[in-house]
Amino acid sequence: MSLVTSHFVPVLLWTDALIFMLLIVSLAAVWWIRRHAHLRAPWAAVARRPMAMGAALVLAVFVVIGLLDSLHYRERLDDSPPDRPQYSVEVLSVFDALAGRLRTQQEKTYSAPLAMHLYAKEFTERDGATVRDYPRLKYGGAHLKQADEYVPDIVRRILVGLLQGLAGSLLLFGLLAAWQARHERMRLGGWLSAWATGHLGWPGRTVVIVLTLMLILGAVMARLAAGYHVFGTDKVGQDVLYISLKSIRTGLVIGTLTTLVTLPLAIVLGIAAGYFRGWVDDVIQYVYTVLNSIPGVLLIAAAVLIVQVAIEAHPDLFDTAAARADVRLLALCVIMGVTSWTSLARLLRGESLKLRTLDYVEAARAFGVSHARIISRHIFPNVFHLVLIAIVLDFSGLVLAEAVLSYVGVGVDPAMYSWGNMINGARLELAREPVVWWQLGAAFVFMFTLVLAANLFADGVRDAFDPRLEERR
Amino acid sequence: MSPLLRVDKLVTGIGAARVVDGVSFDVAAGETYALLGESGCGKSMTALSLMRLLPDGGRILSGHVQLGETDVLALPERDMRRVRGGRMAMVFQEPMLALNPVIKVGDQIGEALSLHQDLGGQAARDAARALLDSVGVPDAARRLDSYPFELSGGLRQRMMIAMALAGEPSLLIADEPTTALDVTIQAQVLDVLRNLRAKRRMGMLLITHDLGVVAENADRVGVMYAGELLEEGTRDAFFTAPQHPYSRMLFEALPRTGDAGRLTTIAGQVPRLDAHLRGCRFAPRCPFAIARCRVESPGWQELDGQRVRCHLAGSLPAGSVRERVAHPVAEHPPQPLLQVEGLKVFFPIRRGLIQRTVGHVRAVDDVDLTIQAGRTLALVGESGCGKTTVGKALLRLIEPTAGTIMLGGETITAKNAPALRRQAQMVFQDPFSSLNPRMRVVDTLLEGMDALGVGARGERRGAVARLLNQVGLPDDAGGRYPHAFSGGQRQRIAIARALAVSPRLVICDEPTSALDVSVQAQILNLLKDLQADLGLAYLFITHNLAVVEYLAHDVAVMYLGRIVEQGRAGAVLRTPRHPYTQALVSAVPRIEPHTGQTIVRLAGDQPSPLNPPVGCHFHPRCPHASAVCRQSYPARTDLGGGHWVRCHWVAAQD
Repeated sequence: MSLVTSHFVPVLLWTDALIFMLLIVSLAAVWWIRRHAHLRAPWAAVARRPMAMGAALVLAVFVVIGLLDSLHYRERLDDSPPDRPQYSVEVLSVFDALAGRLRTQQEKTYSAPLAMHLYAKEFTERDGATVRDYPRLKYGGAHLKQADEYVPDIVRRILVGLLQGLAGSLLLFGLLAAWQARHERMRLGGWLSAWATGHLGWPGRTVVIVLTLMLILGAVMARLAAGYHVFGTDKVGQDVLYISLKSIRTGLVIGTLTTLVTLPLAIVLGIAAGYFRGWVDDVIQYVYTVLNSIPGVLLIAAAVLIVQVAIEAHPDLFDTAAARADVRLLALCVIMGVTSWTSLARLLRGESLKLRTLDYVEAARAFGVSHARIISRHIFPNVFHLVLIAIVLDFSGLVLAEAVLSYVGVGVDPAMYSWGNMINGARLELAREPVVWWQLGAAFVFMFTLVLAANLFADGVRDAFDPRLEERR
Repeated sequence: MSPLLRVDKLVTGIGAARVVDGVSFDVAAGETYALLGESGCGKSMTALSLMRLLPDGGRILSGHVQLGETDVLALPERDMRRVRGGRMAMVFQEPMLALNPVIKVGDQIGEALSLHQDLGGQAARDAARALLDSVGVPDAARRLDSYPFELSGGLRQRMMIAMALAGEPSLLIADEPTTALDVTIQAQVLDVLRNLRAKRRMGMLLITHDLGVVAENADRVGVMYAGELLEEGTRDAFFTAPQHPYSRMLFEALPRTGDAGRLTTIAGQVPRLDAHLRGCRFAPRCPFAIARCRVESPGWQELDGQRVRCHLAGSLPAGSVRERVAHPVAEHPPQPLLQVEGLKVFFPIRRGLIQRTVGHVRAVDDVDLTIQAGRTLALVGESGCGKTTVGKALLRLIEPTAGTIMLGGETITAKNAPALRRQAQMVFQDPFSSLNPRMRVVDTLLEGMDALGVGARGERRGAVARLLNQVGLPDDAGGRYPHAFSGGQRQRIAIARALAVSPRLVICDEPTSALDVSVQAQILNLLKDLQADLGLAYLFITHNLAVVEYLAHDVAVMYLGRIVEQGRAGAVLRTPRHPYTQALVSAVPRIEPHTGQTIVRLAGDQPSPLNPPVGCHFHPRCPHASAVCRQSYPARTDLGGGHWVRCHWVAAQD
């Protein structure tokens, strides 16, 4: 065994496997779409929309963080014997490794964003006397000797971050311009003027501006995070920025894996109901009418409780706490998927009812083409735009639903990092005087950014794919 | 006398396209002016410009519209609202879409009355009833309380006309008022319009693509092409000697009786109007074009009362441009290919919780047909008579309730359906819904061959190229998607798809009704060529009798699920015996003046096939109905030469 592998062992959680499967499927889909002109055309229309492209960039940052956070491993314990290595029970991810001290710099309890002092008074010894005061933080601003160095230090960090971000984006822009000019076989000046006037054929200005803003923001945050807790710390002293970033993965998992459960059900049952009609339609309609009549929260709460009981009854199946939390997350995805396929199925049923009477389906039937082939070649490709629109529109709804469910207490495992848990944890502290607002604030900022970006992107996708909006283009 | 409406150099743009480009014409009071042209020529846009009801992005760029003394284009919107509906009113093409489905028609007419005549309550109701009487709506008082969905297409269009008349307009704009209607209903509606115009001395602007409608209704004619007027003249002058090559070719493209020659087609398409157009707009498609046509736009020239925009006006050869190449008439020994006996298709009506069958819609009721190999049988009838259902039942796209179908001497059952599918295929009406927009043409053509296992797998690609060639499409068409083709080209693809499995019978369900005249001519020529080359038999389902005369060998006339008359095409169409066939034939608007034939106008609409009238289905509308017609369905009366009819009246005569 090599030295490297013996330092850690990779851990593949259920959701990790599914996420990477989804990634592979998406990449295959991209490859497939690139090869088909009629599939490529609407995506090209999406790529021409400045708003959609800006949103896509923001989404991409979230996705990259989520993916990095999905590469899990366990470290070897330092004191384990080399021949029989023992590994830590704590499951870490590549993101944790990159975040470095953000994860480990734990304070005692609450501290405000960018604070040097704890949020609670304690008895401390000063000059031989015991005084009750706000003690200095262990890590936040610990490099400052005097309190009056605080403001200049913050300003210096912000300025350095700004400059670093600007420099980085300038460098990136230069590379982009050089590559593009070479690619398009035009002079650099020509490309720059085309970029400045917005005659590129793709929203170059928006992309560059959004990238620059994100780079600057990232650099400033990184600078500040090196010395302070940018979003403060929570009740047990953990960095709120770190928790928020870790929550991204949970949000993405809920948003995407639930769709993975929804889609097969909705597509198969929706199209079958619309295409075959008769008793098939009746049965499927009864099923989704009944499912729709059960209050969703109730069903989810019941299912989550069952899963929890099952997990506790078989502790031997899950070797780490992370694995237990992960199974619960997966169960939540499944149960939310099972309850939320009905609206898309209904939509697809209606569309299939219309499509099956069209002449090209009749023509296929006149050739004796089998039902399976008619569905796969004639019906499905013509309802696919609806599926796509539903996926992107549902995503943001699911992210928000997770927050609500975790707040109610039937969501993800309490030990899991998620925006819903953050809000739940912050709930009681809102009544405190002075108020602890940063946990809620951070969850809000992150969730808002993700959902807004997803919605803007969904808008672009819908406009490009919905044939009813075609004339507006 | 100053004209009622004067349009002067009207230019309308939508985006970059000049959809109406320098159109000038006059309409006098009591006169019908017809704007004639193919789709996309700017006829409707002209009408909408007059009403100032242009769609989003549409703007009137220049020109004058004078209605009486009023400059319509200079009016503020507030005053324009009183002009619309008050002094000029419009009747739209689709009466289904132009009436609000959730408001009773009486209230909709009342709304127009209260707006333009300040009538309300009982006075408005009385006025509405008078209007309905004037447009020939039977039982007007009761109809006022109907919702639009309770009315047939013809009645709806009359309601629309009544509503348009509510403001007592001096100008009525009728935009394809009868295109969506059956011929017998079309004749009724056109009669109404003609009478109203005469009674009220209205000016009428009639927009249509149908030369027959123009010939029977217009006083003067203007031909539009690509946003411009090309020719203008009185009806008689225009129909005796059309001057512009485009007008001439429109005439030549019309299928006519007893004409075995090829129809003239107009190559190419109407040019895109957003491009920069130079020279005569018709030059690229004109067989007479000279170099001057391509650089210089022709001005108006006067020729004995007719005005025409053509450099060659007056110097064109007087005769016809139609090629006189007769189709080779392949004489097959009469050998029945398809025999249908006692075909019935009933659709059950289910009601209640357990979906109990409470009745049947008798869409097809006891139909016998025989199609000879290599010949064409036309199935004629109004919409809703069950002719499409017959076509689909033959292919078992709809499972027939009863009856035997024999194809090439073999009885077709549900078990040997694949054998049927190899021998009989279908071409559909609407070329836009009959091709999957997400499939390339080559995949569409391969679908049938793959499903039925026609030919070796490796040879199918070659077969596709041959098919495309056969229907006159370029070789590279296979790699493209349907949206890249025009309507006529799409119909060619649909024909190629049907031919892919080399059938012996092709069922054509109104294959040209969605196409323009010049494109229709191309498709009809193609169908005839294919029949000559491949010995195909056609079952041609249509309501267009002109096409029947041109293409069919035999005709079967269908009414309410039953065939009422059948025989050789010439015999049935020239000497129709059944009163329904007579009415159908005489309702077709014709270019030639009517020759001696009495005009039979049918009253009312086709009854519902849910509970057809007892006895002869046709008796409620029949001018010759007697007591026996109300009691028993007539038996077949043979008239010799394979011509038979089901009618008590004819039986009594013989």
